[in-house]
Amino acid sequence: MRRSGGVALELGLIALLIALSALSVCAGRVWIPLTHLGGPGDPRWLIITALRLPRTLLGILVGAALGLSGASLQGYTRNPLADPGVLGVSAMAALGAVLTLYLNLATGSPWLLTALAMGGAAVGVILLILVAGPAGDAVSFLLAGVILSSIASAGVALALGLAPNPWASSEITTWLMGSLADRSIVDVRTAAPFIFAGGALLLATGPALDALTLGETGARALGVSLRRTQMLIATGVGLACGAAVAVTGVIGFVGLIVPHAVRQFVGERPSRLLIPSALAGADLLLAADILVRATPHANEVHVSVAMAALGAPFFLGLLIAMRRKLA
Amino acid sequence: MGKAITDLRAEGVSVSLGGRDILTDISLAFAPGRVTAILGPNGAGKSTLLSCLVGLRAPRRGRVTLEGSAILKLSARERAKRIAYLPQTPEIAWGLDVRTFVRLGRTAHRGVFGESAADAFAVGAALKSTGLSDFAARDIRTLSGGERARAHIARAFAGEPDWVVADEPLTGLDLGHQLDAADLLKAAAARGAGVVVSVHDLGFAARACDRIVVMMEGQILSDGPPAEALTAEVLAKAYGVDAHWVAGESGPLLDVIARRSLS
Repeated sequence: MRRSGGVALELGLIALLIALSALSVCAGRVWIPLTHLGGPGDPRWLIITALRLPRTLLGILVGAALGLSGASLQGYTRNPLADPGVLGVSAMAALGAVLTLYLNLATGSPWLLTALAMGGAAVGVILLILVAGPAGDAVSFLLAGVILSSIASAGVALALGLAPNPWASSEITTWLMGSLADRSIVDVRTAAPFIFAGGALLLATGPALDALTLGETGARALGVSLRRTQMLIATGVGLACGAAVAVTGVIGFVGLIVPHAVRQFVGERPSRLLIPSALAGADLLLAADILVRATPHANEVHVSVAMAALGAPFFLGLLIAMRRKLA
Repeated sequence: MGKAITDLRAEGVSVSLGGRDILTDISLAFAPGRVTAILGPNGAGKSTLLSCLVGLRAPRRGRVTLEGSAILKLSARERAKRIAYLPQTPEIAWGLDVRTFVRLGRTAHRGVFGESAADAFAVGAALKSTGLSDFAARDIRTLSGGERARAHIARAFAGEPDWVVADEPLTGLDLGHQLDAADLLKAAAARGAGVVVSVHDLGFAARACDRIVVMMEGQILSDGPPAEALTAEVLAKAYGVDAHWVAGESGPLLDVIARRSLS
């Protein structure tokens, strides 16, 4: 049990975030050192403001949304393997988003697409709770998540395949393999309010998540309303994760890795993990996004692929460690 | 526990689960400042009765009242402030340090600004009274069974409740730790709290409790001070054992002789 002195971890994560943000603005196919940047007349100015700044802001927002969603889902389910990507919540958001494309509703307004993505994510959380139960053990939660994920991914492919859409296969990739590339400030503006609102709801679950350490009965005996907590989680993850997926597509494993890393520094108390997980999520996604820009080929690797390459072995390691603990 | 102490009462409580009657028309009143043991064979309905008493289960008929008001009408927070409940086989999902764990007992007291001075004081007092001050920084999951039982009791005490309702808090503890836990519950009663515990150990119940309620098949078989409630007839009926009271050095002792043949 390690305890950090007060807010040392948060300050460190914020410092790292500032450094990564600066790097993220400079790094890419062309290296643009901020110190040598001219004013708005400089052609590189456009690269920074139109491409890299939105990309950086989006990385911070989406990473924070995923990290915080993962930490609160893990606290709520008392399951250290919970993650919006792994459990299919993000895929449900993608399905919601794609439905607007299939029904040809998204033309003109990104809001409807975002709304349906958020609805999809919230439905995903509720389905998980219904199928596995809020106190479902790790295995039943994962199985429910695997099934949800498969159904939602198939739904995405089906909806895009049936739509009169010549780019169906590339669209499927876009949604199921999320990326931060080529996003604009409009995407940032679309996602930000919902990510902030969802984040606020998730932060409000802190005391209830702590009480749930004692299980459902224990938490109820402490005066915690399980229904209210469930509503906050479903709405909070719906808003934060749904809005994130609406602008980037599915990016998994951030919410899985980040709370584990944070626990090494501040212990396992669920409420204590929330803010550092948001910060560390932003750090992780930003760092991964800077790395994929360095891939030497013409088509850069999607950041979700990089996260999966990092996250899947991590997940496997966790499973093995958990089995050892149980054995 | 300075506020006016209240009275906890079950009035004609009936519960059925899956078509089976678990509790039938139970009426009991619990006085503050006393330790009451609920005894009975497995499946007698002890746990169900306790979960009704703490307002976590709504009876099919009848009601539970706390100081005259229906417990299910109280807000969850108000109820949790006044009654601490220790469930059977409590789950501990995360490796909290002992102080943070005990602090959970203050959940219903917490304001929006986190832990107050009163919270910190109550947690410190609960750790001290259970002898856990030196363990405050330890991971709860590294404690032994006996230490962990004390941590659960400390968690209950931290909320400064008028009532402590505990479902088999002594099960699985060795003799010394059973006595420790029993002493803590008796001390809470001495401070004015009402204590209701379900237990399996007849000898313990006879020694440590002011009053014993013996349940069987969802009904009350006997109710009173230990020597009156635990007669040979009651024990034969409830547990199917032959037992009688013998004179011991520190008072009467219950001597269980043999299992009656199952007929």
